[in-house]
Amino acid sequence: MDKVQKISSENGVVIFSKSTCCLSYAVHILFQELGVIPYVHEIDRDPEGKEIEKALSRMGFNGPVPAVFISGTLIGSTNEVMSLHLSGSLIPLLQPYRPLN
Amino acid sequence: MQTVIDMITPTTQFTSSSTMGVFEPIHQISMWDDAFGGTISPNTDACIIAQADAKLDDKYEYASDRSLEPAGDDQTANINRNKVQRRLAQNREAARKSRLRKKAYVQQLETSRLKLAQLELELERARHQGLLIGGATANMGLCGSVNPGIAAFEMEYGHWIEVQQRKIYELRNVLQSPNGDVEVRLLVEDVVEHYGNLFRMKRDAARADAFYLVFGMWRTPVEQFFLWIGGFQPSELINVVMPQLEDLTDQQLVKVRNLQHSCQQAEDALKQGMDKLRQTLAQSITTLAGEATSYSSQVVSTRENLESLESFVQQADHLREQSLRRMSCILTPRQAAKCLLAFGEHLQNLRALGSLWAASPRKFA
Repeated sequence: MDKVQKISSENGVVIFSKSTCCLSYAVHILFQELGVIPYVHEIDRDPEGKEIEKALSRMGFNGPVPAVFISGTLIGSTNEVMSLHLSGSLIPLLQPYRPLN
Repeated sequence: MQTVIDMITPTTQFTSSSTMGVFEPIHQISMWDDAFGGTISPNTDACIIAQADAKLDDKYEYASDRSLEPAGDDQTANINRNKVQRRLAQNREAARKSRLRKKAYVQQLETSRLKLAQLELELERARHQGLLIGGATANMGLCGSVNPGIAAFEMEYGHWIEVQQRKIYELRNVLQSPNGDVEVRLLVEDVVEHYGNLFRMKRDAARADAFYLVFGMWRTPVEQFFLWIGGFQPSELINVVMPQLEDLTDQQLVKVRNLQHSCQQAEDALKQGMDKLRQTLAQSITTLAGEATSYSSQVVSTRENLESLESFVQQADHLREQSLRRMSCILTPRQAAKCLLAFGEHLQNLRALGSLWAASPRKFA
């Protein structure tokens, strides 16, 4: 769907979440710890929220939020983000979006 | 060394005592006391018993003395009398010691009886608090209701522990014998898979009762003290096993430290998520109590918050599983086996300590 693609292509790191979802908040905190400021789009506060959910499932995303995009690519949910981080593969993906230390 | 018998057989003393008969026990006790250097009994109770029984002894002494006294020769009579006196003194002493032993034994029984009553009380208390491992009774709670999902989990967990113990033996064996890397690697994968089984079990149980999982209700209090969202803390796993891994290359060391750092960051993020959940839940409870207007939506969001606890437990388990898998990737098969052995034993020790403590906390005071 256009909106999902639009948002994910315009922003380096995107989290589609819900305002009440504390797990999304945890992922947000992790990115911040890694020096990245993600773009958070709360689909429950978006009138087109349902459309976004449908678009995500068409892209192969079945789980509950958060849905994470990095450089326009769908990474997955919390599981995938955590696995990537523990294997040391997350930071390289985030490198373009980390301010110079 | 002068023996007791030597001290009490000067003839003169007892010749006179044999004629005293049963009516002067106090005098005899003081003679005994002098003979023993005033140390006949440190315990006043025993002293009283000794005095009371001395009265009895006197009767027998008097009677048997009489019966053994020969009719004729004075010197032989004296010698015989001495022998008798000696034997009687020995009997008296033995009887006294026996009485003291019996008294001590009875005292011990009384103390044990009290201790037993205390333990029974604690056991009952622990049972009500659901602290006992194994059996559906642990999940009875105060209401006496049984959650079938949790009861099933507890049973499965008991079985998981048994299998885990076997795997720990296997790890020990494989490290002691010169097995090829392939065999060791297979066992390592098997052990990691077994942990995976536990996390799957916990995921199912969390659907039944996430709070039960978060607080590790099936575990002993000692284990609960170390819990991080319902299980071991991944960054701590690395601290526990590092001393056992002495032969790491520099590259491996860097990777392990990086893994630990990543775990800590992930743990911190999850912890902050849990804090937010707590805050949100507290707020929604306050709102529920206050406004009547948005009641139904508040109830829904409150329930959603409670349900999201399940996903936090699941994330925590996922982190645990990933940390185990990552370690077994970074390490060689033998190193990984050592790591899993060290960690498995650590958890075993925690469990054992916990069981000991749960059975009798005051012993540690």
